[in-house]
Amino acid sequence: MECLRGDRRLFRDLSFSLTPGTLLQITGPNGSGKTSLLRILCGLTTAESGEIKWHGAEIRSLAEEYSRSIAYIGHRVAVKEELSSIENLRISSGLAGCELTHGQAQQALARVGLAGRENLPARFLSEGQRRRSALARLINCTAVLWILDEVLASLDHAAVTLVETLISEHLSKGGMAIVATHLELHISAGLFHRLELESPGSSTARKGSPS
Amino acid sequence: MSAASPISMFRWIVARDLMLAWRRRSDVLSTLFFFVIVASLFPLGIGPETQLLRSIAPGVVWVAALLASMLSLGRMFQSDEQDGTLEQMLLTPQPLYLVVLGKVLAQWLVSEVPLVLIAPLLGVQFGLASDTLLILFVSLLIGTPILSLIGSIGAALTLGLRGGGVLIALLILPLYIPVLIFGAGAVDASINGVSPLANLYLLGAFLVVSLVFAPWATSAALRISLE
Repeated sequence: MECLRGDRRLFRDLSFSLTPGTLLQITGPNGSGKTSLLRILCGLTTAESGEIKWHGAEIRSLAEEYSRSIAYIGHRVAVKEELSSIENLRISSGLAGCELTHGQAQQALARVGLAGRENLPARFLSEGQRRRSALARLINCTAVLWILDEVLASLDHAAVTLVETLISEHLSKGGMAIVATHLELHISAGLFHRLELESPGSSTARKGSPS
Repeated sequence: MSAASPISMFRWIVARDLMLAWRRRSDVLSTLFFFVIVASLFPLGIGPETQLLRSIAPGVVWVAALLASMLSLGRMFQSDEQDGTLEQMLLTPQPLYLVVLGKVLAQWLVSEVPLVLIAPLLGVQFGLASDTLLILFVSLLIGTPILSLIGSIGAALTLGLRGGGVLIALLILPLYIPVLIFGAGAVDASINGVSPLANLYLLGAFLVVSLVFAPWATSAALRISLE
């Protein structure tokens, strides 16, 4: 797989595959193409060359079927400022194809530590709390592959631990996750791989060894 | 958790956009006031000459409606793009066509329907007869969804561009011309005692065509804008 942004090559000859129960952590300096890689994996951006396959079929040809299998949380967390956390959660889950009842949504928000703030419009929440409310989307979601971009940014210790627990639970159920972050992830279940992207100057990325 | 159906997702999109519009009522009201004021300036500027007012009324009300609908188009995808919601919408397990159609429907309900409802009142300022007011209402009712549908293409194409508002106008206003001609033509025909049905049928045909093709073009434009 190769990715060009403008006339700069971010990475080339990148190749990897994921099996159920595996976490792939993507690290690399700023501007090395972590977000671009994740967006390509979601199908939001097209790769310059190469292909991404899901169960042996090209993701472009699977289209909506592939979208059903992934959950993506990007840099911008897609939390509407005018809506309360519970409305945000129920709407985004509804759009992603798994509708939540009021009770389920409330439980999910309690789990991410937003109990008592469910009805507050998101503009009154801090950056970290907004991220937490985005994370609540993962709790009841049926997607097999989680693609999380800088998900730990502006989260406190408790929330980082929560993310690690969520990922571990997901992996132990046979799910997969691709996470771009600089921080160490402590995962108690599943397999763990690391992919290190190099700075754009050098043209190849090397595949990290499983740890 | 119930199984995802296209209809339920469509409902979520429309409900969400209506809820957001309700929380940002001032945006909606400003479009409506713009329409009312622009259309009211003409009788004030031209003076109380009934015959003249009556003959310019269809054009003035329709042009004011076009301009007012331009105002709300810029907002159609902008805030969703800024906070990342649009990415999520592209990744929904339903066709993007439906997402776009839902957003267009919501935009029409929020920004255009109030114009359609208040237009007969403005028609009174121009001394239109009651059957002409009815035709004005009907022509706007058929015509404004076309404005939203075609406008959504422009909104998607100019997404994330600086000065996008002006660019939308340049891109979209030429495409509005047929709607303007037949919309205003229907009202004109009614003023002159001719049957406005031919114009209305043509508007209806435009509506069907844009209903089929516009969301599809908008979806393609959205994918390109978010690359």
